[in-house]
Amino acid sequence: MSDTATGLSSTTRQPEEIVAVPVRHPGRWIATVVILILLAMLVHSLISNDNFGWGTVFDTLFQNSILTGVVHTIELTVLCMVLGTIGGVILAVMRLSPNPILSWVSWLYIWFFRGTPLLVQILFWGYIGALFKTVGLGIPFGPQFVTFQTQSLITVFLAAVLGLALNEAAYMAEIVRAGILSIDQGQTEAAQSLGMSALMTMRRIVLPQAMRVIIPPTGNETISMLKNSALVSVIAYLDLLYAAQLIYSRNYQTIPVLLAASIWYLFLTSLLTIGQYYIERHYSRGAARELPATPIQRLRALLSGGGTTPAADTTTLGHGGGGGQ
Amino acid sequence: MSEELGVEGSVTQARTATTEMVRAERVWKRFGKLEVLKGIDLTVNQAEVMCIIGPSGSGKSTFLRCINHLEQINAGRLWVDGELVGYRERGGRLHELPDREVAAKRREIGMVFQHFNLFPHMTALGNVVEAPIKVSRVSKHEAVARGRELLDRVGLGDKVDAYPSQMSGGQKQRVAIARALAMQPKLMLFDEPTSALDPELVGEVLDVMRELARSGMTMIVVTHEMGFAREVGDTLVFMDEGFIVEAGNPREVLSNPQHERTKLFLSKVL
Repeated sequence: MSDTATGLSSTTRQPEEIVAVPVRHPGRWIATVVILILLAMLVHSLISNDNFGWGTVFDTLFQNSILTGVVHTIELTVLCMVLGTIGGVILAVMRLSPNPILSWVSWLYIWFFRGTPLLVQILFWGYIGALFKTVGLGIPFGPQFVTFQTQSLITVFLAAVLGLALNEAAYMAEIVRAGILSIDQGQTEAAQSLGMSALMTMRRIVLPQAMRVIIPPTGNETISMLKNSALVSVIAYLDLLYAAQLIYSRNYQTIPVLLAASIWYLFLTSLLTIGQYYIERHYSRGAARELPATPIQRLRALLSGGGTTPAADTTTLGHGGGGGQ
Repeated sequence: MSEELGVEGSVTQARTATTEMVRAERVWKRFGKLEVLKGIDLTVNQAEVMCIIGPSGSGKSTFLRCINHLEQINAGRLWVDGELVGYRERGGRLHELPDREVAAKRREIGMVFQHFNLFPHMTALGNVVEAPIKVSRVSKHEAVARGRELLDRVGLGDKVDAYPSQMSGGQKQRVAIARALAMQPKLMLFDEPTSALDPELVGEVLDVMRELARSGMTMIVVTHEMGFAREVGDTLVFMDEGFIVEAGNPREVLSNPQHERTKLFLSKVL
């Protein structure tokens, strides 16, 4: 380097290090004090206000019916997200299809399911028996081979799944569509020039890349789904919220029981957030040159004598004031 | 648009002369009202290297994209290896080929793009073996062995596991060439393969292309590299505003252009 930079000549020695008086930030101090006071008030209230009924909260937390509700909520969330995502991908591909009928049908579906409240849709599926007494398989407008009573075919669980999944598909369709549109046209052309079919191009080339755009909002959708699944309590499906409602309708400890349910919801969304982090990481392969270390990897590096060697190249994100500098 | 194609029924006898790889007759292409190709006639023989030069907007890339049916022509006829591109003639009428058959034909034509268009979520080897495994149904073992061989051939034997984002432009373009070759094409199309590269990386890509030409591959190269055209090309075509202005032996066209437009263009780029 020095042989090319002849113009700069003379000193290669670094001049004196700058030691300056840092700028004062009185605002930060005031904000800290205000927030600490508010926090203290909140903690004080949590402890001293008996209406929170913490004893009842912890008793309720692991009651059998609550645990059943938790399992049902998880089942419902997973199932509806999977169905919603599959439906969303299909709708998105239809929407972008050169076939005008498919595109139009997809548009109509999204318009309808995004345009009406989720709660109404769930109620609708819950009372579908009032609209169609029977459901049958047969020739359109002709004879039917098998006929079912709608009320027995569409159970409360099925109604809950239909309500949540069909609605979710409409939102996922827009997310997937945005993801697909974010991929450069050149990728499709390269795949086509290799002789790939449109379907294979979508499945092997476009969608895997679109995932990077699709995953973060899908994580949000999953968290929304977990909480929106509480709406199915209106059709008496035993999810977490409905289980809580059954309990407080008996013991009248409304607030403590709802707190217990909230703790479960918070716990589950926290799990989902962690899951989302790892899925995002997986799909960023090839996008980032070097994947940043996971928090666990960083912790492990820190514990295994990482404190003395700031040269450990994996620690790219500074963690608080503890690190090297 | 098929009506227009039907008008010229007279010139559609099968052209199966074995040495002809690409034949274009009065190829016409419009984008909306913009006429991009206005009657292109040319022939590329087997094992021949044709270089196409011309100012931007002259239609040279569009013509290349018509050859593997990434673009549909509006009039005229285009054959690759004796078969019409994108159509089948039956009973004096042209029938559009179904997507499946268009895809099957594209397998025989390799294409290299200006911006590489590597699949960023796959390693170099993954890029190369994807189509052989998924499209040609070659066994994974065989595809990988051949993929490594091809990457070796383009001088990237040590980069098999690298992702495109970890490679230089020159390396990416060489992977893209290996990817196209993995389908064992009988014709290779290059769309300004070195235009997006740093000047010092151009050489490594041209070296690979030179080697490929020497091995007897039929190539059509849209390029601004006059040195390459002079040295490797068998024919040079100069295009402007959708016409072929001048075509012939590269050395002659470059050193002694016949048309004013060619002279003007060459005086600016040489």
